[in-house]
Amino acid sequence: MVLNKIKNELVNFNKYRYLLSELVSRDIKVKYRQSVLGILWSLLDPLLSMIVLTIVFSTLFKRIENYPIYYLSGMLAYRLFSSGSSSAMRSMVQSASIWKAIYVPKYLYVVSAVLSNFVTYLLSLIVLFMLMVVLHVNFTIYMIFASLPILVLIVLTIGVGLIMATLNVFFRDMQYLYSVFTLMLMYSTPIFYPPDILPQSFVFIQTFNPLYQIIKCLRDCFLYGQLYDLYSILFPTLCAILFLAIGLLVFYKNQDKFILYV
Amino acid sequence: MVISMDEDIVVDAKNISMEFNLNQDKTDNFKEFVIKALKKELRFQSFWALKDVSVQVRKGEKVAFIGLNGAGKSTLLKIIAGVLKPTKGSVKVKGSIAPLLSLGAGFDQNYSGRENVYLNGSILGHSRAYMDERFDEIVEFSELGEFIDVPVKNYSSGMRSRLAFSIATSVNPDILMLDEVLSVGDMAFQQKCKNKMNNMMSGDVSLLFVSHSVKQVRSMCDKAYWIDHGKLMAYGEVNEVCDKYEDYASSLKK
Repeated sequence: MVLNKIKNELVNFNKYRYLLSELVSRDIKVKYRQSVLGILWSLLDPLLSMIVLTIVFSTLFKRIENYPIYYLSGMLAYRLFSSGSSSAMRSMVQSASIWKAIYVPKYLYVVSAVLSNFVTYLLSLIVLFMLMVVLHVNFTIYMIFASLPILVLIVLTIGVGLIMATLNVFFRDMQYLYSVFTLMLMYSTPIFYPPDILPQSFVFIQTFNPLYQIIKCLRDCFLYGQLYDLYSILFPTLCAILFLAIGLLVFYKNQDKFILYV
Repeated sequence: MVISMDEDIVVDAKNISMEFNLNQDKTDNFKEFVIKALKKELRFQSFWALKDVSVQVRKGEKVAFIGLNGAGKSTLLKIIAGVLKPTKGSVKVKGSIAPLLSLGAGFDQNYSGRENVYLNGSILGHSRAYMDERFDEIVEFSELGEFIDVPVKNYSSGMRSRLAFSIATSVNPDILMLDEVLSVGDMAFQQKCKNKMNNMMSGDVSLLFVSHSVKQVRSMCDKAYWIDHGKLMAYGEVNEVCDKYEDYASSLKK
């Protein structure tokens, strides 16, 4: 029964895989339409914010070596999560005119919102790599291992995106609530400050923050040229699977009701 | 196990009932929801848009749904299209459906006509290569010419519906759904649409057609379902059903 359902879903996905790629390329094209520099903004945006943050904080946190790399490797991952899950959240309501008229697998809109942010992430990695060259950070074999935490991050973002997209259909104020949450997440995650400035009693905020553990893995791969420890990869992986499972459950249980609320 | 259907039946909707809650659209923010839940004001005001309606469509059949405004015709079409899930009953559809429920619903306003052809095609489940083959035909039929590269947001409503009609009819669907859309464009284009429809209809395409124009229904369809207040009043040969419906409609006017 369940196996049959999964099989049907896969057959259905195969039929609509073109829609997924069309949606991803649409998101990217429309985002930079009518801007002179176009897709270059995906590179300039992180570069400019890195310059400002480096000027402001690099003397304050002098003990962080290669501050620009430290900051960017964290910030880019945070951006992928926050803007990926936010646009996934809005995607169901935004695309309502389509799925109210024609049958399409609705989760495709959530997935495509995350994937188009992933493409932007890949582009901005170019900036990171260029900076590594400029700052003489060695390219090591461990950079290949960064693909695993990135994959975990994508799964986590899709899971959270599915949950938020469902909630947002029923309560439009989730958008505002969620933007407060992502801001809090940014400040509580050591992105532009070193992790050890937190008092011992608050360290749990970092230990149980899957996003920070992913960022830690990425910094190990890009900046420190070493393999991440087991906990740092295992904990976010479990979180990602859990969120994806909850997300799929919530989404599938409610998707037939979406049309009545949009 | 599913017992295999009669080969010819492309749409098999059994005992469809659809219930709506008239109250629910009033709470779409969290504060109101909590307040109403606390006050126990989340009443359930039920409204049955469809009651126990069954529809069977065979391959190549042209079926019309007639009835007064708000009778439940569009709801029924949405259920068959798989957009709306019925409260009770089951729907089985064989083959691909190209719905024209509302023309141009699948368009991205910032996209040019050209890009929207591919986007719309993918919404109907077709690849870029598949749409490439039909692209020239679509542009030619829609008469958009060089406007195909202009963003759709700058189109007139006529241009938009011409493009949507061209896309939906050129992808060779098994089932075509038309909901009050044949009144698109000017007279010349309407005639062109009708010719194209007639061409398609001689083939294996099944047509589900909703219209208020009984004249149009009689000329295009061979079977009809008359729905009133969510109930199936009559179905069968198109002229019989249309006669009954017209008798009823004229008796209302008196």
